[in-house]
Amino acid sequence: MGEFAIEMLHITKRFAGIVANDDITLQLKKGEIHALLGENGAGKSTLMSVLFGLYQPEEGKIYKDGKEVEIRNPNDANDLGIGMVHQHFKLVECFSVLDNIILGMETTKGGLLKKDDARKKVMELSKRYHLQVEPDALIEDITVGMQQRTEILKMLYRDNEILIFDEPTAVLAVQEIAELMQIMKGLAAEGKSILFISHKLNEIMEVADRCTILRKGKYVGTVDIKDTTPEKLSAMMVGRDVSFKVNKKPAKPGRVVLDVSHMSVASNRHKKDAVHDVSFQVKSGEIVCVAGIDGNGQTELIYGLSGLEPLSNGTISLNGQDVTRESIRRRSILGTSHIPEDRHKHGLVLDYSLENNIVLERYFEPEFTDQFGLLKRKEIREYAQRLIEEYDVRSGQGAISVTRSMSGGNQQKAIIAREIDKNPDLLIAVQPTRGVDVGAIEFIHKQLIAQRDAGKAVLLVSLELDEVMDVPDRILVMYEGELVGEFKPEEITIEELGLYMTGAKRREQT
Amino acid sequence: MNRENEKKSFERLLNREGVQSLIASFICIILGLLVGYIVLLCINPAGAGKAIASILKNFMYFPRPAVALEYFGSTLAKTAPLLMCTLSILFAYKVGLFNIGASGQYAVGAGLSLYLALAFQMPWFVCLAAAVVGGGILGGIAGALKAYLNVNEVIAGIMLNWISLYSVNMLLTKVKESSTTYTGALRTNSPGALLPSMGLSSLFSGNRYVTIAIPLSVLIAVWVWVVMEKTKLGYELKATGLNKNAAKYAGMKEKRNMILTMVISGCLSGMGAAFLYLSGIEQWSCAQTAVPAMGFNGIAAAFLGMLHPIGGIFSAYFIQHITSGGSYIDKMIYCSQISDLISAIIIYFCSFVLFFKVCMKRQLRKKKGGQ
Amino acid sequence: MALLLQYTLIYASVLLLVALGGCFSEHSGVINLGLEGIMVMGALGGALVMKSMADLPALLMIVAVVFGSVLFGVVYSLLLAVAAIHLKADQTLVGTAMNLLGTAAATVFVKALNMAEDASNVSSSIQYIEQKKAFSLLKIGNFELSWFMVLAVALLVISHVVLYHTKFGLRLMACGEHPQAADSVGINVYKMRYAGVLISGMLGGIGGIVYITAGVSEWKFENGVAGFGFLALAVMIFGQWKPGLIAMAAVLFGLFRALSNVYSGFDVLAALPLPSTLYNMFPYMISLLVLAVFSGNSRAPKAEGIPYDKGKR
Repeated sequence: MGEFAIEMLHITKRFAGIVANDDITLQLKKGEIHALLGENGAGKSTLMSVLFGLYQPEEGKIYKDGKEVEIRNPNDANDLGIGMVHQHFKLVECFSVLDNIILGMETTKGGLLKKDDARKKVMELSKRYHLQVEPDALIEDITVGMQQRTEILKMLYRDNEILIFDEPTAVLAVQEIAELMQIMKGLAAEGKSILFISHKLNEIMEVADRCTILRKGKYVGTVDIKDTTPEKLSAMMVGRDVSFKVNKKPAKPGRVVLDVSHMSVASNRHKKDAVHDVSFQVKSGEIVCVAGIDGNGQTELIYGLSGLEPLSNGTISLNGQDVTRESIRRRSILGTSHIPEDRHKHGLVLDYSLENNIVLERYFEPEFTDQFGLLKRKEIREYAQRLIEEYDVRSGQGAISVTRSMSGGNQQKAIIAREIDKNPDLLIAVQPTRGVDVGAIEFIHKQLIAQRDAGKAVLLVSLELDEVMDVPDRILVMYEGELVGEFKPEEITIEELGLYMTGAKRREQT
Repeated sequence: MNRENEKKSFERLLNREGVQSLIASFICIILGLLVGYIVLLCINPAGAGKAIASILKNFMYFPRPAVALEYFGSTLAKTAPLLMCTLSILFAYKVGLFNIGASGQYAVGAGLSLYLALAFQMPWFVCLAAAVVGGGILGGIAGALKAYLNVNEVIAGIMLNWISLYSVNMLLTKVKESSTTYTGALRTNSPGALLPSMGLSSLFSGNRYVTIAIPLSVLIAVWVWVVMEKTKLGYELKATGLNKNAAKYAGMKEKRNMILTMVISGCLSGMGAAFLYLSGIEQWSCAQTAVPAMGFNGIAAAFLGMLHPIGGIFSAYFIQHITSGGSYIDKMIYCSQISDLISAIIIYFCSFVLFFKVCMKRQLRKKKGGQ
Repeated sequence: MALLLQYTLIYASVLLLVALGGCFSEHSGVINLGLEGIMVMGALGGALVMKSMADLPALLMIVAVVFGSVLFGVVYSLLLAVAAIHLKADQTLVGTAMNLLGTAAATVFVKALNMAEDASNVSSSIQYIEQKKAFSLLKIGNFELSWFMVLAVALLVISHVVLYHTKFGLRLMACGEHPQAADSVGINVYKMRYAGVLISGMLGGIGGIVYITAGVSEWKFENGVAGFGFLALAVMIFGQWKPGLIAMAAVLFGLFRALSNVYSGFDVLAALPLPSTLYNMFPYMISLLVLAVFSGNSRAPKAEGIPYDKGKR
């Protein structure tokens, strides 16, 4: 028996046109927490999918306990004791927690499901590892934290020895993250080997024993955490030194652009309001950030502001004009731009060409449509080409590329170009840096600040604490549909912010 | 050297989207005919080749050119309504809706135009307009159900088809011939309701059923193409079809667009019915217990034409050609439904068109990679 | 009255069987709009058995007829399974093609069969006056309890148990809700979807034979099944994809369908100045109404209609 639980040696995996994993080696010791660090698109997920049997590598070998193994599907991985908590949970929403845990490993008697033993085992595991769940609750009714615990129990129920956590903290609140770290340490202490995929350096520094770094599909190195610093890790990850701080001048807030008063939005999911009695202002020349854990009403807040959902109460005014009952189109014409949270759902018509997407909100203007209702194709092309150049939007065939074929970062840049070039008074940006690489993040932050300096009002919604602390001039914390605090970034620490985001503290607005 | 160039330009040709579509269409047709032929062989090997030949020959069955021309005219007269149904279906499909209710809209168009013609002796343009409006309203109902109440437009369409069929039967019973189940012939009862021929019939050996419907349907196909590809409206409707959330986000009225699409689609089907019945080529049977096949054949033609209005002109003609051809099969051996079977098989294979195209692209890419 | 009850129950049986078929298919993640065609094929299979084995004893006849329908239904549903699961075709289009193909193929086949026996017989009908008697379980006055009603109830109970109390049901529903989740725990999504579609072929096939033997003793295959496959889908939506509720919905719809057969037997209804055609329209109008009311907040399986692609990134 060697010291390694799993060894992945010289793994190469290609997809049409790209090499997602190029000669990557990863060795996981028994009982250790091993972090896998890399930017989006560095090949972390692909490597884990190979280990989990979802993809077959073109080259390379995998050893388990020193013996060569072949993993052709998740069943093989499971038989080898490998389990994974996926970034997007693989849970059936209308099933109970227990049903989700036993799915694929059901115990039967006389052909019928027999869940008693399974329930006993789950409850035991739940107690032993402090993974509190309600076995009969439906997944759709429980918190994200409990959903994650369900996923962990799913692995433990299968007696897995090697546990993969794929960016597990992205969906969690600060306190929940701390809890998860404890759980992971507890699991490792019990002899489980853990692979922890993340791009959050502080978490890796806190919990991991060793760390393997990938960059653009290539292996960079493996380091002992006790011998390294966050700066060193970061340099290995991006291949250059990056400044974590966003450079900006102090804000010069001017007149009130957006004035929201007593706004409520009904929820589609439950009887309570998704947004309840919220009032705030955004002035020209400032960036206001709505911070909070995912699912606390930020989405509905923005839907209400942009007109995607009607308000159940309250008013919105833009530049002093009441727009509460105005249509989406009208609000857009009056000077609202909106970089949506979900670029695939709202932001883009993926099967349209890039140029068609660039005029998505302006196609009807006289500049692009003549008096007979015919589109002015030439003008649209020229306009699109100008924006593509200015914002460095890269694609295969320029203006006529199908948007679906573009990378996430460039899709996002196209949306940002479109929204900023509309020259709005109010720019709403919802998680504008989600799923884009470090370079693009820097670019997007610069654009937001440039808009602020040009005298626009910017409303940013973010889940990333670094972004919340660095970019805005004011922070509003949202918890369960209400604003529970307002701060200047320099007045508050991340830890304190976490307390507000989880509802542990609240303060009336000043 | 020259051959090399030739080969390259050939490959470039194959890489073009349109050419691939055309090839895929032909594969569907050939597979459809092949399976049809096998079925014929199974039933009776002796006449199979001949039967397929008569389906494909259609009017060319008649050796005398003048007669053949006359029957060609009849096939065209029936192609016009089919083309309208084709356009109806492809228009809706481009906006993400499957208008299986085209048959019902067609029935309503037939009902209203014939009723106005026979009960009130209305002139043809009034009857035509009524058919368009009636079809549009029915389409609008399906669209509104989808937009506001999230009713699957396919199931709603089927229900509306049957409701329309029975309603139209009830309505037209009032103007049917007393001795048969058919509505009265327009030529004797209401000649003013017949579509004008504008001298077109003389081009087809005096075939009276050749009317302005034929050029009109082609013009409408072109109009549909212009609307889809060149206008603000088409841009908006297609965006709604491809991603209704994004359409809403961009300030388009996505519900209105959905309903508008179904209204236009319904208008096209309704107009198709008027094109058939106001040419006098057929009379409506009030004892009809099956939804008009025209709407379903329209689905075949729409997909065979690669959902392109201009492609639809040719595919509608082809489907009508083999449907008409079916009536020339030797009835002592086979039944005329063979052509229905073939077009059903073609529709089935049409659903693989995307798959064919993907295969073709993969082959081409492999070749490129090899070089 | 007895007649109304009988027709209600027999049409309810048809709708129940076919709707359960749709339910299995949709729970696995495939929308089956080809049920209409499957019914026609199932009916053809059963009718052929009756025609070719006219002398079987009653019980064997039932078994053989059901077997014939199941066989035809299952084989025919393969057309959907292959197209929708492996070739990722548009499920609406495939379903529509199957409906057209079902009627056309059955017509061509029966006509060829009839012509082969008697060159002057060009009808598309099959007769089964005598054979049909085998399906009668017992008779009380005008009311005739059919074996098929018993079969429908049995299949309802089995469907419920299979869906909610077996490993297979749990896995099947996981595939329709979240195929990636099912795949990640080692369930073969393709296989489960095949199973779902083939079961719908089986149930739809039986539904077909029950439908054509419901009121008449010969069937003209040119007529197809008059939108019954789609009515069954409306029943399924009304029943929220749950067998128990589907059964209740089926009885309600069966009642409306039965009315068109027997309304003239009721003095009250016959006295109303309503044309008979109106009664024919009834089931379709009711189902449209039901759809309008119940589609808004329906809980359809989340992943239905979306082809599953294992290698998708």
